[in-house]
Amino acid sequence: MATGETKMSKEQAKPAREKRGVPSGLWLSCEDCGAMIFRKECERLMNVCPECGFHMYLGARDRINTVLDAGTFEEWDADLSPTDPLGFTDKKKYSERIVAEQKRTGLRDAALTGSGMVRARRVAFGVTDSAFIMGSMGSVVGEKLTRLVERATSERLPLIIISGSGGGARMHEGIFSLMQMAKVSAALARYDEAQGLFISVLTNPTMGGVAASFASLGDIIFAEPKALIGFAGPRTIKATIRIELPKGFQTSEFLLEHGYIDRIVQRADLKSEIARIIDYCGK
Amino acid sequence: MPGYDFRLPFEQPIFELQEQIETLEANETTSPELRERIRELRKQLTETTKAIYNHLDPWETVQVARHKERPKFTDYLDLVFDEFVELHGDRFFGDDRALRAGFAKLDEYKVLVVGHEKGKTLKERNECYFGCAHPEGYRKAMQKMALAAKYGLPIIAMIDTPGAYPGIGAEERGQAMVIAQSMMEMSRFKTPIICVVIGEGGSGGALGIGVGDRVSILQHAYYSVISPEGCAGILWKSHNYAEQAAQALRITSKHLSEMGVVDDVIEEPLGGAHRDHHQMAGRMKVYLLKTLRELLRKPTDELLAQRYEKFRRIGPYLETQPTG
Repeated sequence: MATGETKMSKEQAKPAREKRGVPSGLWLSCEDCGAMIFRKECERLMNVCPECGFHMYLGARDRINTVLDAGTFEEWDADLSPTDPLGFTDKKKYSERIVAEQKRTGLRDAALTGSGMVRARRVAFGVTDSAFIMGSMGSVVGEKLTRLVERATSERLPLIIISGSGGGARMHEGIFSLMQMAKVSAALARYDEAQGLFISVLTNPTMGGVAASFASLGDIIFAEPKALIGFAGPRTIKATIRIELPKGFQTSEFLLEHGYIDRIVQRADLKSEIARIIDYCGK
Repeated sequence: MPGYDFRLPFEQPIFELQEQIETLEANETTSPELRERIRELRKQLTETTKAIYNHLDPWETVQVARHKERPKFTDYLDLVFDEFVELHGDRFFGDDRALRAGFAKLDEYKVLVVGHEKGKTLKERNECYFGCAHPEGYRKAMQKMALAAKYGLPIIAMIDTPGAYPGIGAEERGQAMVIAQSMMEMSRFKTPIICVVIGEGGSGGALGIGVGDRVSILQHAYYSVISPEGCAGILWKSHNYAEQAAQALRITSKHLSEMGVVDDVIEEPLGGAHRDHHQMAGRMKVYLLKTLRELLRKPTDELLAQRYEKFRRIGPYLETQPTG
């Protein structure tokens, strides 16, 4: 479930670190095509490479700005923060890791939830940020998303969740993290029974326990182009079957081809695509 | 005899005593002194086994949970249920051998049983990928469980998997999606569901058939968000730290029970389930019957509301005012 490994491969580790940091310098290189891009231009395009169209990392706050109408986001459950229920220590204490991640990202945990407008349509909105411990789901992410789903159910709102969670279920909170998968999925079952509309948007990367719970339960599933999406991490699969993985394996395009997502959506079109679906299915 | 062919390193004192007893018993001549010595050794054997098994550390627990001679799903099918009518296939792609389902009789109750199968012989183990199910396994389980809900049969799920299979075909056929759907459906099936972790509770592959009214675990089984090896590989960058990872993840029945994640712990026979399949199966049967009777008394609405609440309350967090 927990596939923190997606950050592990050498070729991926470097850009991951660059993209997470505070922007520095006027230029950056695209992590896909390697082109040198003018940073301002890239930001104007919502972190999409102007050369190859690769969709780079976009933080939770920026996600809100790109999808919701300006100034309409009202955050819910902002005062939830993680604990260290297992007293977990690997090379570093989890309690210290939390503080360091909070400082670095300005987030309390990997998810932001709330409500807002998408082209004047009110929605319940959640987003996970892959910069915070790989966007992994621990108890806070699970609780915030569950509350979001429950509130969307009681207020009869369309629900949008944008996932960027390469870490799956967060190992540092052990079995509690695993159980969040069941918790959110059960809430979504109730939302489904209340005829709610859930649009799940998968972004790079969405793996493990996040892919295997709420992210895959959308009535409509969108994915950004070339995102890494799957259950088991590519390294685990390679180690198990000991053959080279096919090109494009576990990408959005791979998922579309195999019938698991409805549409691949460019970041710039996401807002209008969401609004359009709400007009077909929403109430 | 179970527990003999496959020796766990920490069980060495047990085997030494057993061998001593066997040597003495093989003696042609018996004397009162000899019989007394054997009695004493037997007592010692019980004490030693108790001492070892009452204090298994998490890594030792993992080894017991993976013991080759530990009773598997098929053993429980044989020993607990009076009949098993296997229902094959997911009506879509295939018939997964790592996840089996079928109607069964538990005394006077007709139930549907689903469970992970690890296999006993090498051939069987290969056929069922050592208990790692593919998407067709979860699809099958979901479809048969829906059938059970339709006809009002309670569901019993026996969990024993290192994890769902990580492979190309599994990804192509939507491993993540079927596990998510299975959890979602299990949360709303209108029939009692009892889940028991009988060996390995490996991550999403386990949880895929792990949502129910009761989630219980055998004393020496484990249940974890990720395998200790997997966790060690990611966080310690080496599988050699599996022992530390097992410790840190708090995966034993005792931990899980303290954390309120499992409802009941089913005690194993002295020295682990692998030493006495019949006794283990007997305890399983007693537990299932008792729990089933409890659950069958509840009205469906109440059952489902409580099932929801059970998972709803899991997961500690702090809720404070922002400090700015």
